[in-house]
Order: sequence, then C-alpha cells, then structure tokens
Amino acid sequence: MDIEFLLNGETIRLTTAPTRTLLEWLREERDLKGTKEGCNEGDCGACTVVVQDESGIKALNACILFLPQLHGKAVRTVEALGSNGLHPVQTAMIEHHGSQCGFCTPGIVASLVAGHAQGRTDYDTVLAGNLCRCTGYAPIIRAAQAAEGTERPEWIEEDRQKLSTLTTPAPFAPQTSDELAAWYVDHPDAQLIAGATDVGLWVTKQLRDLPSVAFLGKCTDLQDIRDLGDHLWIGAAVTMTALRSALLESHPAYAELVRRYASEQVRNAATIGGNIANGSPIGDNPPALIAMGAQLQLRQGDARRNLALEDFFIDYGKQDRRSGEFVEAVLIPKIVPDLKCYKISKRFDQDISAVLGCFNVTVENGTVTAARIAFGGMAATPKLATHAMQAMVGETWSAETINRAKAAMDKDFRPISDMRASAGYRLGVAKSLFDRYFAERAGQAVNVLEVRA
Amino acid sequence: MSVHRSSPHDSAPLHVGGAARYVDDIPLPRGALHLAFGLSTIAKGRITDMDLSLVRKALGVVAVLTAEDLPFANDVSPGAHDEPLLSDGTVHYHGQPLFLVVAESHLLARKAARLGKITYTEETPILTIKEALAADSRFEDGPRVWSKGDSRTAIKSAPNRISGRITMGGQEHFYLEGQAALALPQDNGDMEIHSSTQHPTEIQHKVAEALGIPFHGVRVETRRMGGGFGGKESQGNALAVACAIAARLTGRACKMRYDRDDDMVITGKRHDFEIDYEVGFDQSGRILGIEFDQKTRGGWALDLTLPVADRAMLHSDNAYLLDHVTITSHRLKTNTASATAFRGFGGPQGVLGIERVMDHIAHTLGADPVDVRRINYYAPMQANTAAAHPTNTTPYGMEVTDFILGEMTENFLESAAYVERRREIDAWNAAQPILKKGLGFSPVKFGISFTLTHLNQAGALVHVYADGSIRINHGGTEMGQGLFQKVAQVAAQTFGVDQAAIKITATDTAKVPNTSATAASSGSDLNGMAVKIACDTIKNRLGEVAAKHFGCAPAELRFEGGHVNSPSKSMPFADLAALAYQSRVSLSSTGFYKTPDLSWDRIAGKGRPFFYFAQGLALTEVVIDTLTGENRILRADILHDAGASLNPALDIGQVEGGYVQGAGWLTTEELVWDDKGRLRTHAPSTYKIPACSDRPDVFNVDLWDAPNPMATIFRSKAVGEPPFMHGISAFLALSDAISACGPKYPMLDAPATPERILAAIKRARDEL
Repeated sequence: MDIEFLLNGETIRLTTAPTRTLLEWLREERDLKGTKEGCNEGDCGACTVVVQDESGIKALNACILFLPQLHGKAVRTVEALGSNGLHPVQTAMIEHHGSQCGFCTPGIVASLVAGHAQGRTDYDTVLAGNLCRCTGYAPIIRAAQAAEGTERPEWIEEDRQKLSTLTTPAPFAPQTSDELAAWYVDHPDAQLIAGATDVGLWVTKQLRDLPSVAFLGKCTDLQDIRDLGDHLWIGAAVTMTALRSALLESHPAYAELVRRYASEQVRNAATIGGNIANGSPIGDNPPALIAMGAQLQLRQGDARRNLALEDFFIDYGKQDRRSGEFVEAVLIPKIVPDLKCYKISKRFDQDISAVLGCFNVTVENGTVTAARIAFGGMAATPKLATHAMQAMVGETWSAETINRAKAAMDKDFRPISDMRASAGYRLGVAKSLFDRYFAERAGQAVNVLEVRA
Repeated sequence: MSVHRSSPHDSAPLHVGGAARYVDDIPLPRGALHLAFGLSTIAKGRITDMDLSLVRKALGVVAVLTAEDLPFANDVSPGAHDEPLLSDGTVHYHGQPLFLVVAESHLLARKAARLGKITYTEETPILTIKEALAADSRFEDGPRVWSKGDSRTAIKSAPNRISGRITMGGQEHFYLEGQAALALPQDNGDMEIHSSTQHPTEIQHKVAEALGIPFHGVRVETRRMGGGFGGKESQGNALAVACAIAARLTGRACKMRYDRDDDMVITGKRHDFEIDYEVGFDQSGRILGIEFDQKTRGGWALDLTLPVADRAMLHSDNAYLLDHVTITSHRLKTNTASATAFRGFGGPQGVLGIERVMDHIAHTLGADPVDVRRINYYAPMQANTAAAHPTNTTPYGMEVTDFILGEMTENFLESAAYVERRREIDAWNAAQPILKKGLGFSPVKFGISFTLTHLNQAGALVHVYADGSIRINHGGTEMGQGLFQKVAQVAAQTFGVDQAAIKITATDTAKVPNTSATAASSGSDLNGMAVKIACDTIKNRLGEVAAKHFGCAPAELRFEGGHVNSPSKSMPFADLAALAYQSRVSLSSTGFYKTPDLSWDRIAGKGRPFFYFAQGLALTEVVIDTLTGENRILRADILHDAGASLNPALDIGQVEGGYVQGAGWLTTEELVWDDKGRLRTHAPSTYKIPACSDRPDVFNVDLWDAPNPMATIFRSKAVGEPPFMHGISAFLALSDAISACGPKYPMLDAPATPERILAAIKRARDEL
C-alpha cells in the first residue's frame, strides 16, 4: 500500500505491507530507537507516540498501530516532542526525578505531551496505559503538575498546517459506508480493521498473516453520532474516546465505565463497532448497551437490519452476522437515568473485567416496572439475567425482591473459573452487585474509588 | 558537597528524549541475525522426537540448533550445572527452551520457532508445594533448621498460643525492558557481548564455558538495563550464551530478545511461600516462643533458591527480639519455571511471616498492633551495650547494635497522626455498612550484605586525564536505581570537582574483572567505596605534586570547588592534572573494597552475615468494598533510614517505587498456573502490576537522616531492597479493614485480590 504521513514534521511516502506496525518500522527502518517495545500488545505504553489528525492530538500505541492507519496523519516520536530542545514535560521529568530505568519514560513522556496539548490534568486517566515498574508513579505526577500551563510546542500548529499539504491519495480504503458495504459483499473473507487494538494482537502475538484487509479509518460517516429524537445513532467507527466525551453528560454511568475501558491510547484507537463485532464475552461495552436496550444495526450491501444487541451474540465466537455483513451502528436510548455499570477486575485501570454487571431498573411508585440487567464475564457471551429480571418486574423495590433476584441468578449463569476469577467468586459477586445497585439507589456509599483518606 | 545532594539521575536527559541506549537499540552490523527459542508445551516428560523440518524450511531461517549442536557446556545455571541451555531430552517445565532458531529477523525467528513438531512421553508434573512435599521433591537432603533457645518449651508454657498459615504468591519482575543480549564475534575466536544483565561477570563465565575458551576471551558490556529487580541476575545467561553460540557458528552478529510472553513464561519469578507459624506470648503480646515452617517452591532448577530461602529465614525475626525460636525451611523442587532473585531475595517473605504473626497476636489480645510490635522490638542502639543487653541477638546469633526503629517509631506515629486516624477510621467504619477502612503498620529491618560472604567485594578503575576530566568505571550495573549517579557523586566529592568533570561508563568485564552481581542492595556500598579508594590513590599522588609545587605539606591541601588549595595558593584541578602528567605521575588507579567483619555458617545458621541493618516504617490506609472485595490504597506514610543519604532524591525514588512494587506483590499481582503447569498470566493483559492510579492518593515519604554507625561510603545506607517491604503495610491494612467486618481473624492470604479479600471477609464473619 502506498501511504503518506508526517513523521516528526517530515513528509514520508512509502509502500508498506498492510499489517506492518509503526513500532517495528520506526525502530528497524528509521532507526528511531527512542520508542520502545515493552509488551507488543498495547498494554504497557512504552511504545506510545503522539498522533495528530483532523480530530485532534492524541496518544497511541505504536506496537499495534498498522502503518496504513497513519495515512494522512502526523506522528511525533519521543525524539521530536520539543520544538527547541526539550518539551516542558521532559524538562520537568528530569527535575522531578520522573525516570529511573528510563525504559517506560519515552512512552510516559508521549502520553503526558498529548495530555498537555489537550490541557488535561486527570493524570491517572492520561497515564492508565503507561506502566512504570520503578518509580511508583509519584514523581511522574509531580513532573506533570510542574509542567501544567507551560507553552505548547510550535510543532503542534506546524504539523497541523502541513497535514493539508499531503497529496498522496489514500490507499485502498473505503471512503464511505456505502463503498465499504459494496466492497465487503464481494470480499466477505476480508478482515475489516478500524482501531486494530484487537486485530493488532493477531499479528504481533498470534503471528497471523492477514491476506485481505480493509481499513475503515476513512469511512467518516461511520464516525458520526446522530440524534434520532428518542435514540442516539452511534456509528460503528466511533472511537471509545469520542464516545466517552459525547456521553459524559447524558450517560454518566456508561461514560465512567468507558473511562475504565482499556487505556487512553487504546480508547483513542478502539471503536464501539469493533468491541461489539469481535464477539468477546468480556468486552465492556455490550453488557452496558444491552442493559440500555440497544439495537444493533447490521448492513449487507444495501440491506440493513436491526436487532436487539443481546440477540447478536449467539455463542462463544459465534455471532448473528451474515457473510459480507458488518456492524454499521448501534442505537441507544437518549436517556437511561437508572443505569449503573459495575466493573470488577483485579486492577481498576486497563484491566479486563472478571465480572461486569450493568443494571437498568425502572421503579415507579415503589414497584419495579421494568428491569434490564446484563452481565459480561459470566457466560460464553454478554447476556441478560433473564430470570433475575423476571423476579423483579412487578414486585416492590425492596431488599426482599433483590434477594429473590439474586437467587434467580443461579438459573441465569454458570460462569467458569479462569486466571481472572473463580466461578464461585464470579457468581457470588454478580449477586452482590444487586445489593450494590440497591444500596447506591438508596444513597449509600458503595464506590471505593470515591473514598479519600 | 557533591554527596548528600539530590542531583538528577545522570541519564535522565537521555531517558526523557529517547536517547538512552539499551541493548535492543545498539546499531547492528550488516548481516546481523536474530534468535528465538522453541519452547516445550508440556511441564514434565521425555522428548521422543523433534521434527524441526518445517522450522528449517521457514522463511529467513539460517540455522536451527538443538542440544546436540552445542560444542561445549550446555549449561546456563549460575552454579549448579543443572540448567541446560537447550533441553537434553528431558522436559522440566512448560516453556523450557528446546531448540534455537537463528533467522534474518526477530519476527521471522519467532514465527519459525512455533513450527517445531515435538513428540513427548508425558509424565505427571509436580506443580504445587503440597505435591512437592508429598513426593519429597526438594533441593538439599531435607529441610534446613535454625534455632535459638527452646521454642517448644517456651510455646507450651506460654499463657497464650496461636497458630496459623499464610500463603503468599510469587511475583513477575515485569522489568519494562525484556531480557536481551547481543553477541559480536571478534577475531581470534573472541566474543563481545552486550547484555541486559545485573551480572556481567556471570555472563562472561557462561559464554566462555559454552565456547570452550578462557574467561579472557569474552568481554561483556552493560551500559544500562530497563529495570532488573533481580530478574536479570541470572536469567540473562540463556540469551547471551545462545547469541554467542550462534555468532560463533555463523560468524555474524546475533541478537536475542524475548517477546514479553516468552519472557514471562521462560524466566523465573519471586519465590512463592507458604509459612506455618505457632507462637506463644504473654498478655502484653510479647513473644515467648515461636516456630516458623517455611515452604517455598523453587521450580525445576536450583538457581538462587538456597540463598533466597536462607534470607527468608534470616528475616523471620524482622524487627523483633525472639528468645526462643525455631525456623524450618523446605526448598521444594517443582516442574515450574525456576524461581529466582527478586528485590528482597526472600526477605519480604520472611518479614511478611512475622508481621502476620504480630497482627494475629494483636487481634487475639484486642491490642493495638503497633503496641504489640513495639513491645517486641530489639533494644535500641544507644542502650545496647553487650553488658546491658547480652541477649539482643538475632535467631542466627548476630548481635543487633544499630537498632533505631524505637526512636523512629515515636517520631513516625506522630507525623503520620496514627492515634487520631485510628479513631477516625473506627468512627467511619461504624457509620459505613458496605465500605470499610483499615490501617496497617509495618517496620522493616533488612540485613545488608551478600550472605555468600565472598561476594562482598568490588573493584573500580579510575582515570584522570591531562585536562582534568575523569572517567570512572566499576563492577556495578545501572538498572535505574541511580548507582552510576551516586558513584559519580562520590568521585566528584573526593576530587572536589563538579560532577560535569566525571564521565560515567558502561560496566565492562575487561575493565574491572571478577565482579559480583549488582544485587543485595550492595551496589553503592561496594562500588562507591571501591571508586573512592581508587580516587583517593590518585588524589594522594596529585597531592604530592601540588604540595611540591606550592611548597606546602600534602596534609595542608584542600581539593574543593574544582581547585586544589594550599593555605596560600590555589590552582585549578585541570592544571594540576596537566602538571602531574608532565611530572610523569600515574593518573590511573584501580580500587578494591571488601566489606569487613563478616562471617557466616549457613548450615548452622550462625554468625554475622550482615554488616548492618537498614530500617524503616510504613503506615498505609486502605478502603475495601465488602460486597466485592475491591480495594484501594488511600494513603501511605513512610519513614525510611538511608543513613546519611548519598542522594536523597534518588533514595526517595527507591522508597516510593519499592513501596508500590511491594504493595503490587501483595494485592493485584497474581500468577496463575493451570493444572498442566502452564502459566496463564504471561502478559500484562492478565498479570497486573500497579498502574498509575494504584499509587496512594496521599503519599508521604521521608528519610530518617542519621549517619550509619558503620563506616560505609559517606555513612550512607543501602536502599534498593529494604523499602520493598513497606508494601507489607498495605496488606496489613487490608486485613485490618476486613477485621472491621466480623470478630474472627481474617487469615488473609496474598496476593489480596478482590476474590481473596471477599473470602477473608466471610472468615471474619464466621460464614465459612
């Protein structure tokens, strides 16, 4: 594929294999050794680079970023983050002893520089995808705080202006969802790639070759969020970052769950459609969407069909998706006032759920009039707690009803044991989340993340 | 002063700009090759057939080697000769290297390494402590037992007795830079190695043995590591030897770095332990007699298991005077990756054992856990003369003469507002039905020196050039701890010059020979002293030149501010260097240091294994969710004894980082093996080290600024490992929070994942 992008301010035109990663290319072809490989799966952030496009400036993991995804964008590596010498973040990192072994440092610096450009001060979130094994993070935060309010480097504006000078046409990549739909019917075995935060690992870890791919980054209409009156239409290629910021006010519980979905770098690449289409039983979006009553919009050629999201997941690794059909959008109610999402994992940030419980129970005059409760990590697919829901609807909103619903959970789920949690813990905690939901709605403190010393 | 000053890490400007070079960043000569191991897919058995035809045919493959292709020693162990580089036909653990692929690129080597078709006769592996005990599968003939006094009688006659067990998991190092090595073949059969290792000399030895050449034919260089934590003390041997063998075979440069998953599967981790305890105590909580039964899983090969298990025994007392004590240690051999060194080296496991006991005693008596600890402390330094406290000795018979935790504790409890916060937390807990807070207090007293006495030596090489610039080299390695910076400060201090005059250079076996690993927190103690001795030698020679020039006595000279000054005259250090050169005076010297006064009999468990003790205190506040077991660290206060710190900023960095790493060990970091012996947590997606938000919201770290009574380098104390044990306070805080849920002792095990916390809550409530 022929692509063109900016690397540290310089225009690069090259022909690349579709699944060559940016990290490998930087290190092996460009001798830019500052960007490090720590895990090669997007979990440690040592390879973080700063990428700018029309949507803004952001941190991305270079290890699972395929070169064609960069077409038409500007990438900055740790070697070129200052305009004249070092970026203020870099200077502060020296002065505040923010590096020890130094191996995570380029990635930390890249994340902080992206955060600095965005005016961010929520450092725990900015750095959730950057592991440091030496410092305990404290001096890194001191450095970040010291650099607050300092001047942004000139290259941000220079790169932004230069982006419009790139002339090479996009490599094969559908420009609209219509183009994609037509092409995919003819190439049903091709792999669709949006953020590559999952597909990237097929290449770097499973060492798979992907003979036929299509990059979705140019289908801008799939990145839309449309207001349909009662519902929001969320295009499949909306990134988790864009989704979170769009829903921060209207769907706070879901937006907070999205904050804990992977990390900043991953959310900047990963899409809502990808997280649904890959069919994982432990993806964080589906349980929340199912609890909201989301509809999935599938498209095959010109034909579209909608189905309840829970019906898309048939079994482990099996979804109701026909040949040449793709996830085009998900539709969610505009207001879901009773939604709460509880993610249980060993670590709060950048971890995969052991159990994810999403509760959406409507109570009118002390009686449960509707209940949608969905779990991830409890079965081969994200799934509604049907029996528990039935045990609640029509009953009074009380501890007794909660207890009956908990008992009904035995009929809904038979989870497995794995490295994240045992079956017994999963089922026990899934039931306890009913208590949490009941207590939280009663105004009790239930969230350790909100407690301070 | 150059020492006792918070200068930034010497490489910090390189780190932040991505210019610091690690092994994988070194430019390669043309035609360099890349290596990957083919790994076993069973935990125990015999290989009946290895069909490597697809591997050999794979794209980019230059050579494929098995054990039969190795010309000399097939061994990468640190000493016991029980770790073949490539399997000799027996499989000892899942992930054991069986064959070696040499290919045109890293990716092609990895791809080819997965194409081997191996046929095995599988045997039932010994995986757990329980299985190893049942099969009597152990290193050494039987358990090691050390004792002092008569623990059995003392426990039997004590007014209170309790017993219990704590299990604690291992820990993956998760150095951000994975293992890596590069071999560059030289003429005449020599080999140059660049290795990410804490122990260049051991790499040199293993490579020489594998190539069948004397040590002098191998030069090993280590500029820096991207983290070590003990995981690069012996675990880099396999990569360096593989590279050397392949480089010898092909005549081309060969590089190997493990992909993260391979790294986590192949290499050893911290030893997991199960410790049974029985203790008798009086009404005040004073321990009258105690017995520990420590069981640890060493994995398939010996590696460093014996000294690790020894150190766990050596720290069973932690800060407490035990008159009647027996410690039994079982070093078990299992079909898992060979456990290895990890920051603290068994010490944290031993300390956690007795800290659990302290909390259990306090809970039993309804006493304050801090009071129970203080009543058991060793006698303080000032009061402790042999006459006054003839029995202020450790279980291994070493007299404790430098105990300062009593005084530190008084100061610390006040600055951390212990009493008030205890009260506030009790009130908070009474008002909260679902969330509970807890406080955990833990002291640490950590013995400084290698327990293998002969390792306590170091060498240095210092050159002063005719322009007054200075180049220093020593046997210690830089893994992020700031050793090079500290040693440069020592050199600058000694010569009275600005640190800019000092060039710090890569560790190099051709410059300083026969070095010890940079381990046991010994780096600056040993190498700082060796460099100082070398600098003093040159300084004395310079002094003679200057004294003659000024017409004064050498004793009247002062080296400071980049000048040498007599009472009446002054000249720049650079001019003096030029003058000395012109006067035909040698401006180069070696330095050699060995720690004095050590003697140790590890079989008897008697002697003075340590030069001194580094000490410290931690108090952690946590909150738990009793519905799910989720938890957070809210605040940590630490007071740490670094002696007269060589560099307070770097030392605080070690304390902060050590605390978070220690807390990670005991909370989120869980290694899970399945019943086939396969590690299921072999990537950061499944193995969770602390992330940014896991550090305490409030994190107060102070140094106890008092000079080391022992004559260490500028009276500083070692600081690498001791702060790791401050993380234990987080674990104790979790246990304390759980205790707010019910009357029973929670018997929390580590790592305290949400699942284990929830189980402990049920125990506290007596629901199990």
